[in-house]
Amino acid sequence: MKTAVFKIWRGDASGGAFRDYTAEVSEGMVVLDAIHDIQAMQANDLACRWNCKAGKCGSCSAEVNGMPKLLCMTRLNDLPLDKPITIEPMKAFPRLKDLITDVSWNFAVKKRIKPFKPRPPDAPDGTWRMAQEDVDRVQEFRKCIECFLCQDVCHVLRDHHKHDQFIGPRFLVYAAALEMHPLDTEDRIAELREAQGIGFCNITKCCTKVCPENIEITDNAIIPLKERVVDEFYDPLGWLWKKVRRRQERPPAHIS
Amino acid sequence: MSDYETFTHDVLVIGAGGAGLRAAIEASAAGVKVGMVCKSLLGKAHTVMAEGGIAAALANVDDRDNWQVHFADTMRGGQYVNNWRMAELHAREAPARVRELESWGAVFDRTKDGRILQRNFGGHKYPRLAHVGDRTGLEMIRTLQDHGIHEGIDVHMEHTILSLLKQGDRVVGAFGYDRERGRFKIFRAKAIVLATGGIGRAFKITSNSWEYTGDGHSLGYHAGAELIDMEFIQFHPTGMVWPPSVRGILVTEGVRGEGGILTNKEGSRFMFDDIPDNYRAQTAADPEEGWRYCQGDKNARRPPELLTRDHVARCIVREIKAGRGSPHGGVFLDIAWIKSKLSNGEEYIKRKLPSMYHQFKQLADIDITEEPMEVGPTTHYVMGGIRVDADTQMSRVPGLFAAGECAAGINGANRLGGNSLSDLLVFGKRAGEFAAKFSLQNSLGEVHPDRLDESARQALEPFARDTRAGEGPYQVQKDLQEMMQDKVGIVRREDEMRAAIEGLSELARRAGRVGLEGNREFNPGWHTALDLPNLLTVSEAVTRAALERQESRGAQFREDYPEKSAEFAKVNTVIWQGEDGRMQIRRDAIPEMRNDLKQVIEEMG
Repeated sequence: MKTAVFKIWRGDASGGAFRDYTAEVSEGMVVLDAIHDIQAMQANDLACRWNCKAGKCGSCSAEVNGMPKLLCMTRLNDLPLDKPITIEPMKAFPRLKDLITDVSWNFAVKKRIKPFKPRPPDAPDGTWRMAQEDVDRVQEFRKCIECFLCQDVCHVLRDHHKHDQFIGPRFLVYAAALEMHPLDTEDRIAELREAQGIGFCNITKCCTKVCPENIEITDNAIIPLKERVVDEFYDPLGWLWKKVRRRQERPPAHIS
Repeated sequence: MSDYETFTHDVLVIGAGGAGLRAAIEASAAGVKVGMVCKSLLGKAHTVMAEGGIAAALANVDDRDNWQVHFADTMRGGQYVNNWRMAELHAREAPARVRELESWGAVFDRTKDGRILQRNFGGHKYPRLAHVGDRTGLEMIRTLQDHGIHEGIDVHMEHTILSLLKQGDRVVGAFGYDRERGRFKIFRAKAIVLATGGIGRAFKITSNSWEYTGDGHSLGYHAGAELIDMEFIQFHPTGMVWPPSVRGILVTEGVRGEGGILTNKEGSRFMFDDIPDNYRAQTAADPEEGWRYCQGDKNARRPPELLTRDHVARCIVREIKAGRGSPHGGVFLDIAWIKSKLSNGEEYIKRKLPSMYHQFKQLADIDITEEPMEVGPTTHYVMGGIRVDADTQMSRVPGLFAAGECAAGINGANRLGGNSLSDLLVFGKRAGEFAAKFSLQNSLGEVHPDRLDESARQALEPFARDTRAGEGPYQVQKDLQEMMQDKVGIVRREDEMRAAIEGLSELARRAGRVGLEGNREFNPGWHTALDLPNLLTVSEAVTRAALERQESRGAQFREDYPEKSAEFAKVNTVIWQGEDGRMQIRRDAIPEMRNDLKQVIEEMG
């Protein structure tokens, strides 16, 4: 059977090194299969997160040949197998052990974003009416599986380590999903500009390129949020108009 | 030792999928201090994998639907060995639980008039599943997670519980470890909710992740709770079969709900060949009527692809065994054919089944809008679990509650698709509510750290063993999975299951010899070794219960007892740990159904 060499980073917070493992390659295999084979046969203690193995949970994020990837969705036949395949942990987060990083910062960031606050129900039975075309955009953002690959690739976090000033693409998408939710009445624009540092993003679109859910992070989430920030803070007339308009109930659009 | 970090909560929830999160939210809302332990990171639990939808009689798409129809469908699907009170509460309360999700920010697909859209699913008389494309579980867990993080719940991520601690009869805490550093921890609590999900990793071909090792079933059993209905394992009819590395990964029933058809290699729609008598009146007479049903024609009856999962799985196995299967040992599931009916078919498939499109494209090089998928049964769900009071979800152990897949009763012999997500919400809420109540009425119990040294020592034993001479944890797990698949799988027989019982004792001996490399820090080999006792416990429970039920009903198919029996129609199997430490089994009569509910079932035919 065909084999390939996997160069896997082994180590912990104090340091480590790449180690080579040779594993068999069969039809349809993904990188996570190779990791599992190596775990079972050669390195019982090789640490790697995973759950669903179908690109739905966002646990097995790592870097394959330098690219942020889900290990479970990266096919071996898409990689050059004549050279060793390097597999290493995400670089934007502190290393814990082997392929596992400390992603707890992401959970802390989410907690700081103001939660969903719906308008009063539209119908006497306590329910709301929303048209499909009004929720399409929000549904795109809600496809996010929180793999944090967008955070990993973002140079503001990866290279400049602005974790205390910038929430990263994942949470700009999260904020956009809340801001564009037809029922939501909260205002998060001031925080986005200040504590959450939306200005750090200079729309290089790296996040969009690595998103395994193909969310148009930059075009559909970040740029519209940036526009809202501009409207709110640099356009006094617009600002006044919005304050007045926001008080009136926004009618649900396009319902037949 | 004895120097363990200790956390104290009023209510401890073990498990952070839909049921655990919903329980934690409810308990927290009651004003008590709640801790939640998750085996993985928050939001990665198996609920995230649920695809098709949440069953609730909202009647948004078909106004003939109501809780009574949902109740009758659930009981019929479960072949009437369900806990009828749970089935009633579930059907009555599911709509409110779904609306509540919307008020917490969930964004379901919409009807034309702006309400929550509902889709067809197997065994449901009317379109009943609230959904978001084919990623409903993600929507549900994310909504609960994003709501829950603002409710003051202490979340212990990447922790695993090894045992429950008791004082006299009642539970007073739990003992476990964190994955990152491998440190042992004590969680003191006045009430505990088990919400650990299922046991799919006891089988080779499964849609379940590594976490599903029956932890809650085993923790409850060892703490004195009873397990019921353990023979009923749901083999989902449609898992991927090719390539080998994805074998078992789920293909949502939503494919069939949107019009997908099952065919064999001769191109025959074999589901029309075998329609059970009790579903004949509800099933389409021909493909044309089936298609009209999928298009929302209220006068049409549903296609046979939407019969219950147990039946569809067996029909697929029959086709494969008869040599009429697909090249890689499955059958064909075709959604591309709807392009001949719908001008925007390709776009429709991509919109309604985006993750299926993505999954097949990326993992199997198949474009489902162009060609059929190959599918076959995969271990998906366990109907059996911890026996609980229908209203409060408390087990027979005071202070120990269970909800979701690790609890049992609502599904009987077979679960309808979509009833799991609603079960998690309805009974997660109830478990949280009553656990909080229990914690307000009881004080903290005593925990003796010095008595835990023995547990800690045992857990560390594999590190002391020679890895070259001993067994590796992965090999023992793999052999267990292969044996269970082979001997206690979809088609069962007494002699094979007796051999499985023998095999399990041998595997238990091997599990006791497992040796490990490395240290305690994030060591998956160690975690696998610690999960083995749970897998052994649940595998034995499944096998003994399957032997005890000498009939074929729902998900249990006995080759040596191929018919239903009137005798077994009246009982549940009950498993508990005897005083001598051995597994005991008996049959308990199912309580007589309330007259008004009997009447509902009669009226629904």
